[in-house]
Amino acid sequence: MSAKFVVGIDLGTTHSALAVADLGDTDARVSVLEIEQLVAAGAVAKRALLPSFLYFAHESEPALSLPWDSERRFCVGEFARSRGAEAPQRVISSAKSWLSYGGVDRRAGTLPLGAPEDIEKISPVETSFRFLDHLNEAFRAARPGDGDLSAQEVVLTVPASFDAGARDLTVEAALAAGFEQVTLLEEPQAALYAWIEHNGDAWRSHLRAGDRVLVIDIGGGTTDFSLIDAVEQDGSLGLSRVAVGDHILLGGDNMDLALAHVVGQALAEQGKELDRFQLGALAHACRAGKEKLLSDASLEQVAVVLPSRGSQLLGGSIRGELRREQVERYLLDGFFPAVAATELPKARPRAGLTQVGLPYASDPAITKHLAAFLARHAFADAAGGATDARPPTAILFNGGVLKADILRARVIDTLNGWLEQRGSAKARVLPGEDLDLAVARGAAYYGLVRHGRGLRIRGGTARAYYVGIESPMPALPGLEPPVFALCVAPFGMEEGTSAALPPQELFVVVGEPVTFRFFGSSTRRSDAAGSVLERWRPGELEELPKIELILPAAGRSAGDVVAVHLQASVTAIGTLKLEAIAQTPLVADERWQIELSVRHGSSGEA
Amino acid sequence: MFDGRYAARVLQLQGGQASSAAAQPVELPKQSVDEPETQAASRSNEAALQLLTLLQREGRFVDFVQQDLASFADADIGAAARVVHEGCRRALRSHAKVVSVRSEAEGSPLTLERASEDVKLVGNVAGSAPFRGVLRHKGWRVEELTLPTVVGTHDSRLVAPAELELP
Repeated sequence: MSAKFVVGIDLGTTHSALAVADLGDTDARVSVLEIEQLVAAGAVAKRALLPSFLYFAHESEPALSLPWDSERRFCVGEFARSRGAEAPQRVISSAKSWLSYGGVDRRAGTLPLGAPEDIEKISPVETSFRFLDHLNEAFRAARPGDGDLSAQEVVLTVPASFDAGARDLTVEAALAAGFEQVTLLEEPQAALYAWIEHNGDAWRSHLRAGDRVLVIDIGGGTTDFSLIDAVEQDGSLGLSRVAVGDHILLGGDNMDLALAHVVGQALAEQGKELDRFQLGALAHACRAGKEKLLSDASLEQVAVVLPSRGSQLLGGSIRGELRREQVERYLLDGFFPAVAATELPKARPRAGLTQVGLPYASDPAITKHLAAFLARHAFADAAGGATDARPPTAILFNGGVLKADILRARVIDTLNGWLEQRGSAKARVLPGEDLDLAVARGAAYYGLVRHGRGLRIRGGTARAYYVGIESPMPALPGLEPPVFALCVAPFGMEEGTSAALPPQELFVVVGEPVTFRFFGSSTRRSDAAGSVLERWRPGELEELPKIELILPAAGRSAGDVVAVHLQASVTAIGTLKLEAIAQTPLVADERWQIELSVRHGSSGEA
Repeated sequence: MFDGRYAARVLQLQGGQASSAAAQPVELPKQSVDEPETQAASRSNEAALQLLTLLQREGRFVDFVQQDLASFADADIGAAARVVHEGCRRALRSHAKVVSVRSEAEGSPLTLERASEDVKLVGNVAGSAPFRGVLRHKGWRVEELTLPTVVGTHDSRLVAPAELELP
């Protein structure tokens, strides 16, 4: 079926948004669709953002009805978030971070963590499905004549730092939601598309061939960097994404929590102890206070009042204070310290904090993470530096945190300080538009671009991929045999292309699962399929969840060993596909798909 | 807790068939609100209750008005007023568009060519238009009011349920 619309979906860690463009209209503009959702008990309203929270009703609660379903026992969105603050064991938050975390089986029912027994836990993939399914229902309700999202072209954004497995799982959730024409797009690219859409044809006068745009995207829960080059392409200007950063679990929510702790500490010193509910309310109040201080330079402090929990508002409320100096010290110096370009984040593993937990960034200094990113991709002299290292000439900001002028200014000053020291010109700022909705808008615009209505950012896959093979060395007692990395997918593979077949053979026993160690690198840009790395610099290769291959016994005898070559291709959707191709096929073109995100252990049903 | 659509869909995907049957919109059950006997009157009551609920939830409005202020110092009242002001303002702004009726500065002279419901005459109210006087209050008009849609069987008179914290 040919689609009437392209729909851009920003499936965010803390919020999701949806934008639509009409494919039938040659002058189509992108518009944001407000999402109907439960905002309070028994109240439904439309909001531009759908908070990415999923709440499970308790038996004491009535159904969490929606206009299209009166019996529902769960909800997503604004009410899920506020109710989740009151009953934290019954809510799932940050599902997207779990989706990209290889430390748990992402198809197994693990969420909410620590849920009471009456809740049947669901997987990170199913949680993502629930958000997408709600967006689909809201689309249907808002535009009854336009059918379903399954009939539309859907562009779904993912962090640039998502690895091949996390991208696969995102697509799995989208297919489960019935989105059959889905394509993935990196969020920082979406932000740049939104900027292009916002500027119309004038964008070409803001960028010249040779410009390198640094996209800094700081959301509620994650921070993502990308470099996109403006290049000469067939006589006109083209764009090419040349580097992406690591997945950093650090965002605006951390900042609000940090301020809440500062104010909470001051209150504790006055003998006012806060309970969990009040700490939650304090983070809210601090966010509001922070925004006021950051947007009005004449304020020196704002009052932060925690309303009493009982009905007696007077007497029971606690009054604290958030001072400008605190915001500057803890936000600016804590999260955006003015550091040297050589100061890299502390990579201290967090031992013993939690049994199961997300790998939150251990260093809160975003500027240090930025320094590390640039050291790797833009400043050639650093260890592991990329071959075409060049400093950025322009900055595009994205994400709600960066609405604050002083935070943007700190990032610009710090970056320009580094550039100046290196004798490079200062980077200029590309004026962005709505920092909360740009990714969804840019995704819908990209849908139009795919129909030839605009310039496409080239770039292909953001990593090269390797399988680990044991070196043919004699086994030594107590020592693991060294592992070589065989490149199966080079950096920058475009959608719809396949990598060359590496000459190396791998041997697989028929009927038994064979797992391989799997690695990705965002810095090694010139390894071709078939390259074998015997050693690499620390941090150059990142180990990803293992991959698995099972050759069914069909036509062969169990226990046979079959020689295969591994071939990578990138699907039209934008996911990586790895296949094993028999060296001496039984039938023509005999090949088997390799599972990128292996199920852990025997977790039973997915 | 959930319908079985996700599991069914996953099974299908694992089977390798992208069945189009499952992609079709699922017929969702219709809303089953018991229409109350009273009609128009109850609906406007409903809206008023909703507004009260909003103001209470966001700004603790009912708590504030219900409490006896007599024994409290102004500083306490000030602290509470911040909660009420901030929250009610947020609630009002996100659900209503409130504009002033007159754009002139309060205290400035104003001539009204014709009597109008928009402007109430006070003081020496006599004679006929044009009316010359001083603008005392610029007036407010709600241009838009968008209240949340009521769903389910929620009792709208509950502007705030009691809360019981389980240890």
